[in-house]
Order: sequence, then C-alpha cells, then structure tokens
Amino acid sequence: MAIKEIQEEIVDEFSMFDDWMQRYEYMIELGKSLPLIDEQYKTEDNIIKGCQSKVWVHAELDNEKLVFTADSDAIITKGIIAILIRAFSNQKPQDIIDADTAFIDEIGLKEHLSPTRANGLVSMIKQLKLYAVAYQTQLN
Amino acid sequence: MLDVQKIRKDFPILNREVNGKPLVYLDNAATSQTPKQVIDVIVDYYQNYNANIHRGVHFLSQEATDKYEQARQKIQKHFNAKKSHEIIFTSGTTHGINLVANGFSSILKKGDEILVSAMEHHSNIVPWQMLAERTGALLKVIPMNEEGELVMDAFHDLLGAKTKLVFCNHISNALGTINPIKEIIESAHTVGAAVLIDGAQAAPHIQADVQALDVDFYTVSAHKMCGPTGVGVLYGKEEWLNKLPPYQGGGEMIAEVTFEKTTYAELPHKFEAGTPNICGGIAFGAALDYMNSIGFQKIAAYEHELLKYATEELLSIEGLRIYGTAQEKTSVISFNIEGVHPYDIGTILDKLGIAVRTGHHCAQPIMDFYKIPGTVRASFCFYNTKEEVDALVEGVKRARNMLL
Repeated sequence: MAIKEIQEEIVDEFSMFDDWMQRYEYMIELGKSLPLIDEQYKTEDNIIKGCQSKVWVHAELDNEKLVFTADSDAIITKGIIAILIRAFSNQKPQDIIDADTAFIDEIGLKEHLSPTRANGLVSMIKQLKLYAVAYQTQLN
Repeated sequence: MLDVQKIRKDFPILNREVNGKPLVYLDNAATSQTPKQVIDVIVDYYQNYNANIHRGVHFLSQEATDKYEQARQKIQKHFNAKKSHEIIFTSGTTHGINLVANGFSSILKKGDEILVSAMEHHSNIVPWQMLAERTGALLKVIPMNEEGELVMDAFHDLLGAKTKLVFCNHISNALGTINPIKEIIESAHTVGAAVLIDGAQAAPHIQADVQALDVDFYTVSAHKMCGPTGVGVLYGKEEWLNKLPPYQGGGEMIAEVTFEKTTYAELPHKFEAGTPNICGGIAFGAALDYMNSIGFQKIAAYEHELLKYATEELLSIEGLRIYGTAQEKTSVISFNIEGVHPYDIGTILDKLGIAVRTGHHCAQPIMDFYKIPGTVRASFCFYNTKEEVDALVEGVKRARNMLL
C-alpha cells in the first residue's frame, strides 16, 4: 500500500474515537503491543536524543524498500512511533522523502510533533527522512 | 491564616482553561505566576514613564531612574543587605552565577579547589566547570544521600586550605531539600573560602537575611517570586564586588573612557553594563511588595501544609515513589510510578489541565544518582489549593491506570 493510503487508513481508524482518552488509550495499546526494534540496535549510536524520552531508530534496505524499526522508553512516544512506522516503513526511499506528515495533525496528535515538545519525535521524522535520502543516494 | 481564595483573585491566569479543563498550575518551581498588582506596574511603566535611566536630564528619565533605584532599595531591605550597591541587577540567577564565576577566573590559581554540591542545577555546575578549565582549579563534589540531603561529614572532610570557593543551592529545584547553608557558610569561612548560594528556589519560600547568613554571594530570579522573567539580582559583599573585575563592558559601567584607558564606574554600575531591564527591575520590587503584603511566614506555613497533604495523598498511590525525602524541604514533590516513564504521566496530566514538570529538571547528576531518566515534579505556590492537590492525585491515578 502507498504511504498516502496507509495514512488515510490511520486517519479513518482514529476518526472512530470520540475524545482524547480513547485516542491515547489506543496509542498506549499500540505502544505496548508492538515489538519495535531488535535489542542489538538499541545502541547509543541509534539514539535520537529528544529532551526527555529516548528514541532509537534503525533502518535497513530490503529489496529496494526501506524497513524501519524503532523504540522509545516512554509508552506514548512508542505508540506514535508505531504509527509512524506503519506509515513509512517498507516503502521506497524516494516515497519516504516525498511523504508529508500532515496526517499526524488530522488524528489529533499535532502537539506531539510541535518542535517545542521535548519528546524526540520531530527529530525522529527528520531521521527517517535522512535515512531515506542516504539510501536513495545509494540506490542511484 | 492565609486567605487563598482572595489571593487567587489576584492572578488572572488562574482562571484559564487548558484542554477544556480548569488550569491546575503546579509548575511553580519553574516559574511562578504574576499577580495583577505586578502586571499593573509593568503596564504603568510602559504607559507613563518608559525612559532610559541614569543618564537623561529629562523628567521621564529621572522618574524611571528613581523608581528603578527604589526597587533596588526594596530588594536590599528584603534581603537585609548592608548597602544598596551590594545589590546588582542581573537577567536572573544564571547571569549572577556567571558573573561571579567569570570574576574568579582572575583570582583562582592552578590547584585551588572549588566545592560544589551534588544536587546543583546545571546552571550552578557548568559555569564552575568552565572556570575550573580556565584556571586549572579542581572541582570537587559534596555528595548527597538517598534522602536527598548533603552528606555534611563529607563536606567537612573535603574542605581544606586549598578550598577557595563553595557553591550550593539554598533549596534544590529537583528535590526541594533545604540545605544547611548557615553551617556551610560558617565552615567555608574558617578556611577562607568564599561561598555563593543559589537562592533561586529559596527566595519564593524563605526570606534570606544575607547579613545573618554572612554569605558572600546570593543570587535570585524575579520570575520565581511573582515577578517578570529576565530579571534578578546578585547580592555580593561589597569587599568581594570591589575585588572582582567587571563582567561585561559597555555603557553605564564606566567612569571615564579614552582609547588608552577606561576607568570603571563605582558599584553597582560596574556590573551593570548596557541598558538594564528597567521595567523588570521595578516590577521585581512590586513583586516583593506583593509577597511581603501576604507575609513570608504565612506563605511558608501554608505551603508546608500543602506539601504535607500532597505527600500523604500521593503516597497512597500504589507504586509511587517520592525522590527527595529530606527532613527540611519545601513544597516540591518529585516522583515516579514504578514501570512508567515520567514523560507519559506528564502528557496525560497535561490533557487534564494539570501543569507539572517532567524530565531531569536540569539536574542530571541527581537523576544519575537515583538511576532514573527523570521524575514528575509538582511544585506548589501559596495560591494553590487542597482541591488542586486532589486533582493532581486523581490525575496521577488516571494516568497510572491508562499506562500500566
């Protein structure tokens, strides 16, 4: 599925929730249930330092598609990571580079992607795109 | 007794709603809110007598200068400094610390020792590390115990002939511990060391008497005591302030300038280069008037009651641990819930309209000591209520249920 379609699917899912509690509960569930990254990749090198919660990201090219795995020590952050991974992982690097992140706003999580929020997610998206740029260069 | 409902009417911001809920503001150790009595002074300044000070011949400049200097005298009186020129206006506590650290770079020699407490804010660690690097002096750490109290025996052992400076906060921002600064100052003086006390967290709760403490430097920020941001003061003993070289060059701080030589102005102007935060200084004076009109003893008694109540209520939550359980502490509660990241709790509380701080509180060494990434910190002011403590406790319970 294309990134855009996946994002629309996520927006659809979130539109079923009436209030923030349900949205957060869903995210916490996502955060709890997903094994996100292989322990061996939870290294200092892979840490994206947000101010408060740690975020690890690892990228691998598989058949011209970029596969991301990631984790965080904070569960809400982890839930959002799960959503980002669903949207961006297993996609062609160029598509990742071109993708926008407006759907985060649409599902009511805008505040988590504000640059003033000290949770490392802004840096994480930047990092996903940087990986995509790097691998795209490699593919060229 | 303090009439909290009457006091709350002075703070317009407390009527705000956040995320559709009434604001419960419990981040007072980061910054306190501003009463309308202080806001009025700020508005009055810009509407009626905004002018540059100390150099104008005109009426407004004179008026602004008078008000600014009156504020300095109010601050002098509040902290019981011997002379008003021992009060240096700064942009805040960090500025005051840097001013002193910079001054000592021409006094310290290689091998001299600087003692700093284990529970300092980064702003009271980094300037001394920089000073140590510049001078070759050695930075030594006064350790703390599990309760978050300084180990005074270790302090006395560390103190020696080489000790030239001791730095310590009056109250820890992350733990709320009230440090035994009188003992620290007395002991440091027996070996001839100077002492700087970071009073940023103490000033809103305790009225420090710099002469009774015999402290060499004491530095505070206005915004933690109902004043505006961007202004504070450094108290320094006259003899020390005369000894230290100026920190920044510029207008105001000179007596005479030629290209061959500049002579510096007298205290306090020697340390006040450039146009200061005039309005801020005047508003700081108004903030002190406001707090004194309530009375520091009443404030301390009321906040102690809130602290006691909040501690008991929070401890009833399963898995909750409080960091900083010193005998002497102020109305700051740093806590975590087992198995939950503090950031997650803070996020849920925010959704409920409750403002707390989460993270390492710019005191990473303390977090390393407890081997935690950070804490949730609720800090109370005299305008907070027991009902707000209840809202916090309910919020934390709700967050716990969602997150575990």
